[in-house]
Amino acid sequence: MSLNFFMQNLINALQWGSFYALIALGYSMVYSILMLFNFAHGDIFMVGAYIGLGVSLVLLKVVGTGAAALVPGWVVLVATILISMFLTAFVGIIVERVGYRPLRDAPRASAAITGLMIGIILETSNILFLGGQRLAFPQLIESRTYNIGGIFITNKKIMIVVVSIGLMLALHQFVTRSRWGMAMRAMAYDFVVVPLVGVPLNTIAVMTFAIGSALAAAAGILFGLSYPVLDPYMGVSFGWKAFVAAILGGRGSIMGACIAGFMLGFIEIMTVPGIQIINRLFALNIGSNLRDLIAYSIVLAILIFRPHGLFGEPYSAKLRL
Amino acid sequence: MRHGRLLIAVLLCAGLVISPSVWAASDVINIGFPIPLTGDNPDVGASSKNAAEMYLKKFPTVKVGAKTYKLNFIYEDNEFKAESAVKALTKLITEEEVLAVVGPQASAQAVPAGEIANNNATPMISPWSTNPNTTLNRPYVFRGCFLDPFQGPVAANFVTEELGAKKAAVLYDIASDYPKGLAEFFKQAFEKIHGPGSVVAFESFTTGDKDFSAQMANIVASGADVLFTPQYYSEVPLIVRAAKENGFNKPIMGSDSWGSGDLMGLCGDDCKGFYFSTHYAAAGARGATKAFIDEYTAAFGKTPDDVAALTWDSLGIMIQAIQNTGGLSGDLKADRTKVKDALASIKDYPGITGKMTFTPEGDPIKCAVVVKINEQGQFAFHKSVCP
Repeated sequence: MSLNFFMQNLINALQWGSFYALIALGYSMVYSILMLFNFAHGDIFMVGAYIGLGVSLVLLKVVGTGAAALVPGWVVLVATILISMFLTAFVGIIVERVGYRPLRDAPRASAAITGLMIGIILETSNILFLGGQRLAFPQLIESRTYNIGGIFITNKKIMIVVVSIGLMLALHQFVTRSRWGMAMRAMAYDFVVVPLVGVPLNTIAVMTFAIGSALAAAAGILFGLSYPVLDPYMGVSFGWKAFVAAILGGRGSIMGACIAGFMLGFIEIMTVPGIQIINRLFALNIGSNLRDLIAYSIVLAILIFRPHGLFGEPYSAKLRL
Repeated sequence: MRHGRLLIAVLLCAGLVISPSVWAASDVINIGFPIPLTGDNPDVGASSKNAAEMYLKKFPTVKVGAKTYKLNFIYEDNEFKAESAVKALTKLITEEEVLAVVGPQASAQAVPAGEIANNNATPMISPWSTNPNTTLNRPYVFRGCFLDPFQGPVAANFVTEELGAKKAAVLYDIASDYPKGLAEFFKQAFEKIHGPGSVVAFESFTTGDKDFSAQMANIVASGADVLFTPQYYSEVPLIVRAAKENGFNKPIMGSDSWGSGDLMGLCGDDCKGFYFSTHYAAAGARGATKAFIDEYTAAFGKTPDDVAALTWDSLGIMIQAIQNTGGLSGDLKADRTKVKDALASIKDYPGITGKMTFTPEGDPIKCAVVVKINEQGQFAFHKSVCP
């Protein structure tokens, strides 16, 4: 594998990992604080992408397109991301209010299947309202491909990675530096005792869902920019894989979820050239479609050696967020 | 419908009284059309009937041997259902005493109807059915379009001759029958021309994958001259995008699955300039095809779709076969077999969707149309390619 080839795949992996990392954060936060898996999170990513589609179409109608546009495309993009994050946060709040709060004292299994059901409801309502056909995401900024010494980088790839890392750092600052962040960390430590000292559990839960959903919406819009075909089931496999990243990162670790997200992207992408090398070395004929089989076998092996995830610690020990 | 049939019956009776020439049954050739005039897909029936009516207006009689016969077309509704297709065809064969059948169109009706036609030894040609089972082991059943696997060699020839490709890459969904079959047929055909190993990248993915960047990096590194990707319209935009982003700026070739659905709505500018093979293209057609399109558009106020074009050709080749018998005996059973034999031995029938010659199975060896997605985003006729 030449260095160029490796770098090309590394850049692709960074972009792909960004989506996993952003979605994994939502899983990780809810899991840390409420001890439940929000399985609807992948579908909130889908809803975020569709909200982004609607918002951007409305904005494009208002400001115009092409040469007649009032403002450049990137302004529309920034506005789309911010408005969609705000709107999708409300979707997350509704999901928490309708699906999880009434079941807070129910067995954990009931709360887990709530997520699955809400996911199915979101998917099928999308089909109900939008007809189920695939939709094209408007390309708000022009795609440019740069050839840097044989490595091809697009402006969108750079933007996606930069925006994702920026959002993760912002979240990290919020959780570690602000009072609300401190409340969230406390709740992650013990969500039975902490409310007794006056920290409002419901507010924290709503905030967790809102932040997680907003990040998923950002991921959805960035996804739409580079993979411009949206379909109602786009969130399902993303949800599963980001969930893997969240667990792989370790319970309660924001950095862990981010790093595990990028790692997952890296393993998935690198498996394809890996298969090619193995084929050449051993004169085999393995197809690149075995990517997920091999990639997730590697993840399984990692979990066997680190059952609490990369940055997680055994239960009852100190938990960080 | 009852009143409609009654009206037709009355009109037919009137016709019998008015024109004595129809009295002698031997002077008329009946051709049956079991087509979906109602049901889920009436557009298919309408296109078939339009094409047939246009043919009848242009060629009301046919000369077989020394005798001139009047053509009589009988349209029987199959409601786009398998069981109605069987009923309609049985009626045409046993009651209406048709010499030959053109239809049904879709495989769902053509496969069961083909059984009836073959059992009753009546020549049948389905213009639009692509399922291999329609004609399989049925000597009396033919079709007017090519089979799916056939596009592999077509694409291999096209990229070799037109695009000068010596090394090809393939990207396909291994979990879906149509792309998988086509990818393998393309590989076989391309390696037959350029030798083993000339397909330098044979990359696969599974249904639902969105990211093809890793496969595309392999394809770029392999140095292929062209990419063949027989995928559906929902995946093509993502594949084309991945190609551009990873620096693959060589031509991309697809199959008729590109033409289904709203490809240009999803793909936009990214897909312009690429090619795919299909049955027929209305935009940019030339010669006899253009004449047919103009005539049809003038008569019915819309561009003929592939059903209309394939029905026109299937009907034409059937009439040609009837003429090639050199004379009908008047014994329906013997004549039907004669027509079947004549149909099987037609060579290079010049249809508007390409030249047609039947294999022993009753499937045409015909040239496919390669369209180029032009700057306006239309699927424009580029070249007719033969296997």
